[in-house]
This record gives sequence, structure tokens and C-alpha cells, in this order.
Amino acid sequence: MDRRFFLRALVLTGATVTAKASDGLEILSQTLDSVTASPIDIVAVLGGEPEVMFKRAITEMGGMGKFIKKGARVVVKPNIGWDKVPSLAGNTNPKLITEIIRQCFAAGAKEVTVFDHTCDDWVKCYKNSGIETAAKAAGATVVPAHEESYYKEVSLPQGVTLKSAKIHEAIVNCDAWINVPVLKHHGGANMSISMKNYMGIVWDRRIFHSSGLQQCIADICTYSKKPVLNVVDAYRIVKTNGPQGRSASDVVLTKGLFVSQDIVAVDTVATKFFSQVRDMPLDHVGHLANGQKLKLGTMDVDKLNIKRIKI
Amino acid sequence: MLKKLRIAISTLLLGLVTFYFLDFASLLPDHSFGWLAKIQFVPALLALNGVVVAVIIILTVLFGRIYCSSVCPMGIFQDIVAWFSRRKIFHKKRKKRYKYHPAKNILRWSVLGITVLAFIGGFTVLLGLIDPYSAYGRAVTALFRPVYMEGNNLLESIFTRFNNYSFYKVEIVLLSLSALIVGAATLLIIGYLAWKQGRTYCNTICPVGTVLGFLSRFSLFKVKINLSACTNCGSCAMVCKASCIDVKNHQIDYSRCVDCFNCLESCSTHALGYRLPVGSKENPTKSQPDPQKRRFLLTGLATAFTIPAALAKDKLAAATGDSNHIRKNPICPPGAQSMEHLSKHCTACHLCISRCPSKVIKPAFLEYGLKGFMQPTMTYEKGFCNYNCTICSEVCPSKALSPLTQEEKHKTQIGRVTFHEEICVVHTEGTNCGACAEHCPTQAVTMIPYAKKEGLTIPFINPEICVGCGGCEYICPVRPYRAIHVEGNDVHQQRKEFKEEKKKEVVIDDFGF
Repeated sequence: MDRRFFLRALVLTGATVTAKASDGLEILSQTLDSVTASPIDIVAVLGGEPEVMFKRAITEMGGMGKFIKKGARVVVKPNIGWDKVPSLAGNTNPKLITEIIRQCFAAGAKEVTVFDHTCDDWVKCYKNSGIETAAKAAGATVVPAHEESYYKEVSLPQGVTLKSAKIHEAIVNCDAWINVPVLKHHGGANMSISMKNYMGIVWDRRIFHSSGLQQCIADICTYSKKPVLNVVDAYRIVKTNGPQGRSASDVVLTKGLFVSQDIVAVDTVATKFFSQVRDMPLDHVGHLANGQKLKLGTMDVDKLNIKRIKI
Repeated sequence: MLKKLRIAISTLLLGLVTFYFLDFASLLPDHSFGWLAKIQFVPALLALNGVVVAVIIILTVLFGRIYCSSVCPMGIFQDIVAWFSRRKIFHKKRKKRYKYHPAKNILRWSVLGITVLAFIGGFTVLLGLIDPYSAYGRAVTALFRPVYMEGNNLLESIFTRFNNYSFYKVEIVLLSLSALIVGAATLLIIGYLAWKQGRTYCNTICPVGTVLGFLSRFSLFKVKINLSACTNCGSCAMVCKASCIDVKNHQIDYSRCVDCFNCLESCSTHALGYRLPVGSKENPTKSQPDPQKRRFLLTGLATAFTIPAALAKDKLAAATGDSNHIRKNPICPPGAQSMEHLSKHCTACHLCISRCPSKVIKPAFLEYGLKGFMQPTMTYEKGFCNYNCTICSEVCPSKALSPLTQEEKHKTQIGRVTFHEEICVVHTEGTNCGACAEHCPTQAVTMIPYAKKEGLTIPFINPEICVGCGGCEYICPVRPYRAIHVEGNDVHQQRKEFKEEKKKEVVIDDFGF
């Protein structure tokens, strides 16, 4: 048993019990669970600023050093799909990106690269999302992804419909990548979370649309190099008219964050979280079941060890 | 001294305006460099930009054709060609010399007259084709810009190899073959004339040259020959690229002089000076009015006003298209107001095409009919019009596109969405897609449950709130024809307001799992 871990759990438990007596028992039991049982599968944080929530979550996951090795070339892949400012939540929150990059470097990463294959004009997306500035300030390299020549053909032997795809060379060449989607409604796939965020590492997305979106999303996630972490930004979510949203009335401030290595599980809990704002049955998000069938993860999240934290 | 000043200003302005057209990465921001195009004579005239027109006219009346010598990019381009043509390496025996030619006034005024008539008749295309600024803009856009981008890509490949991402790759697309041909032909013809005989274009074809030339006959400062110092050596005429110095009669044709000041430095006895007319000693022979020209102008003017207005309202030739899925109505860029407004005011300088970050504007061939040849039209092959972007409307120097604020742009409907279920993949393949709805900024395209197959959603369109950006058309995966496309509005409309849901304050205090 890790003594430090135990002590931390003890302190946290103590603090929470003191602060919130009513929830005390529940949280106490969970904390004890996590200490005694299997490692944490998902960390869910509620109620903080993006960077604060991530700090908590990654600590619970065992620290960034567990996922990023010294000298590693890391890619942080946010969603930067739209020419939207952070308050409209079309893209991942830049503060979260800053904190992730910072932690990667603290864990000894040699370089951190940030990109996304955008839908709107990439120059505007990178700029107006605030991500380019944030990432550069944190020391990351921001690379373009708007031209086919940046992509390399990879095969997807497990894919059902999609047997190959062109993936951005930054992902192909990296040692580890972190998938950082933003939680959104999506007109085509119903939800856009971690699995859907894979479409931003791919060149030709029209084929996804023309040959079955829900299956192709699952297929692309079978690419052999899996993200070391999926960090779902649910600080602000687009509840309607996604994935862009057309005005501020589509956006809800929910202050959530979910972290897991299991991409299907984290998208499942994120969908359940979303359902509190707007009903979204899991079977409407077809790529979840397709992903489970391809053994990418589990939708049976009740069996998982979920660490829930309220700040 | 004057010549050096002229060369300095010309080089600077030509360099800037050329780079402004080449600059795909917007290194020169539009709000601080937009004036480069707006100070040009014909665009300013069409934009009814009184200040610029007045300044150019006052400059001309005071100092002569300063505009032609130092502001007009095509004029400066010709000077560069002419300069090369006089280098020794091109002439084994002796340096090339210019010599005096009489003015081709009938030709000049005829071209101007026809251009004005065509303009009044709604055929701005002719003015656009021979306006020197617009012709230069087209040439740079069609010919030099791809070369500049190719250079960028070369640098990019070198820098990226060393993990330096200062450069990024750009896709070089031939938007219009006709624009390439027009640009190349213009440059070749004008370049050839400049090589042979200096500023021939400016003094025969160019309508700006003819108008400003007429004014500069009355200008205050002129190049004067001091008869007592002149030795009739003729060296001034040999360097005069406007061929306007008649040494034999000691006459200078001020309507053709472009204030290059080359003659001043060539005169060994300093007989030439750029100065105010000095009292009575001035001009031994005052030129008589040319009755023929007067008559011509009068007839021209009369004809212009009697041309039936119906001609101006000539219906656009309906583009043929045998398929339901091909665009029938061309789309003009935001800010154009209507096809008619665009066609009347646009000189096809292609600045909007050059500056568009989304590569969605291309020169029209015959989409608008002959009247709109080379004028900008929207294409959604390589991208779609960014919802928040207003650049084309801001940079247009002739107000063919009037400036839009972002709010106005959000409301402007340049075209309306049309949907063809029979070829949509949801119908033909039975799969979910939704790419069009995903790209729609106003949700004029949404996905609704598909009645013919359980679990599928199919696009549903609401053209009333469509802005015509083409996001849906661009991303639609169906080929060869798209299942969803935009039809242009002849007259731009205001889209309907969409129903905004009231922003509800939702407090999420639970995980939900």
C-alpha cells in the first residue's frame, strides 16, 4: 500500500467530512473503496475551474508521470473545430489545455505538440479558440493540420467499415498522446466526446459521413496508438445545435471534468452527465456500443471504480 | 532629385500594393493597409469616394500626372519593363532611345468614350478590363500569387524539417482558367508595349491616362523648355518614355507627360525645368482647341444619355444546367447587395479573391453573363464562407462590396439552401451522416428523424434562416453532385431571425452516473 496515497486519502476524507457533513458517509465509503479496491478507472470532478479540476483529477489518477515518460514526445489533441470564442464552448477550454501541457512538461516531456483538423478556417479557429496562444505560452508547439500532406496512411485491421485512414503525422510520430475533447451535442453523431474527437486527427472525414458515421467513429478508435488519457472538458457544454452552437443560449456552464483511459467508459459517463441537461439515451450514441463491440472499452460503468470529487 | 523622389515613392507603393495582393497569410492587416487599393482612381470613382478623387484631381491640376507616375501600379510596372528594355545587355549595338510621336488623340478619346458608354449601359466589365489598377490586381492574383505561394511551400518544407513551424503549407488552386488567360494576356500586351515604346498603354488605351492627361494640360507645375539654353540636342526626347517632347518645335505634350522627370537629368545645359509658368514669356504658341475632338465628345455624351435604360436592366443570361443539382443562380459575395450592384461597380481587381482567407471567391466566367466576366462569384469547392468573416466587404476599393459589420454579415442572406433527398446518403445508403447540419452556423439545416428508416436522421432545411455560406455544400460527401447546395439570391436578403431559446440557468450539482 502506498503510504502517501493512503495519507492523502485520509486527509481528503477528513476535509470533505468536515466541510460537508451530509455527504460525508457516501464520500467516505467511496474513498475507502478506492483505497482498498482496484485502481481508479474514471475520475469525475465537479464544480471547479478547468485547471483546478484537472489538477485534482490527475493527482487521483496517480500523477502525470504515470502516463508521460521522461523525454517523451507528447501530443495534446483538443477540439479546435470551430471559429468560436471560449465562452461559446465550441472548442476545448484553453485553460485546461494550458494545465495539461504544463503537467506534461513537469513530468519530463521533451516536447508537446498541439493541433486539430478544424472545420472552420484553421487560422481563425486556432486564434479565436484561445488555444494557440495558451498552448504556445505553455511552451507547446502548435502545428497546422489543414493540408493532406501532413497526414500519413495507417491501416485499421480491426475496423468494420473503415479499413484505413490518413492520420496526422504528429500522432503517428509521437510517444504518447492525450485526447482532450469538449462535451457537446452533435447533430450527426448525437454526442461529440472522446471518440468523436478522433475525427480531428484524420484527413478525409467525408468518408465517415458517407459510409456510416457511428461505425466509422468506432473504427478509427481502433488505431493501434491509443491515447494515454482521455480528458473530457465539461466546463461549458453545447447542449443544443451542436457541434457548433449558434448562440450563447446553446451553452450551459456545468463545471465538470472526466478523466479515464477507457474511452468508451468516459464517453458513457459524459453522456449520462449530459443527460441531466438534455435527455440523451445511450443507444442514440451509436458509436459507444460499436466501440464496446470492438473491445475499446466498456459501457457498463456501474462495474467500474469511479472516483467522484466535488470541489 | 525629383526623379529620385519619384522612383522612391513608386517603388514603395508598387512593392506594398503587390505584396498586399500576394499576402495570403494576412501579414499586412486589412485595417491598416486597405488604403493601398482605396487610393486608386477608378475604384475611388466607382465608390464615390470624393476625397480620393478630389485629391487625385487636385494633385493633377497642380503637378501633372503624379498618379500615373507614382501611384498606378500598372504604370510603375511599365516603367520597370522599360528600364530593363534599355539595359545594354539587351542591345548589342547601342542603347535604346525613345523618340517623339504625335499624340493618338482620336484613339484615346474613342476608347474613353466607348468605355464610358459601356459603363452607362451597365457593362462595367470593359472599364474593369482596361483600368490599370484592376488589370494589375488580376495579373498579380492569377500569375504572381501562385508563385509566391509555391515559394512559401518550399520554405515550409525546409523549415518544417527542422521542426520550425513559422511557415505553413498552402494549397495552390487554379480557380479560373479564364482569369489566368486574361491576366497573362494583359501583362504580355502591356509589357510588350512598354518594352517597345515606354508608356504607350497609358497614352493610348488607358482611360485614366486620358482623363488625367486632359487635366494635366492645365496643371500649374510643368516641365518647361528654356529656349535660350536649349541647344536642340534632343537628348531629352531620347529618354522620354511618353514620347511627348517635340524637340524640333520645342513643344511638350502635357497630356502625355507622366512626370517621370527623366528629361530633367538628361539635359546637359539645364534647359529643362519643372516649374510654374512664368508670366507672359510663357508658351510662344498656345495650342488651339481641337474642333474634331469637341464634336466627338459632344456626340458621345449625347448618345450616352439616350441609350435606353432598358439595356442596363438586361436580364442576366440564365446559365444552362440540365441537372437539378447544379447551381443555377450564381452567388455574389457578401456586401454585394445585388447582382446588379456588383456588376455596375466592380472592376474585377480581384482583391477580394486575394484576401479571402477561406478561398471561396473566384472570378466568374459567364456565370453572371458577359456583363459580369471576371467579377467575383462564390464557389464552395475548396471551402465555405466563414460566418464571422467580413474581409472581402472591407477591402473592396470600389464599394462593389460595401463594408459589413459582423452583425450585418450574420443577418445577410447571399443565397438559400436547397436539398435533394433523392441523392442524400441517408436515403441512398441508409446511414447517418449529418455533415451538413454540423457545418451550418444558423441551423438552417438540422437533422430530423427519417420517416423511411427507423433510427436515421435526415437533413431538414429552413431556407428562411440560411445565410448561404455553403458550409453544407462544401462538406456534403455526395459526388458528383452534392445532395445539398446553395442557390444565389439576385438581391441579397435579410435572413429571418431564428427563435432563440431563452437561456435557462441550469445548475448541475450531480454527476448523473
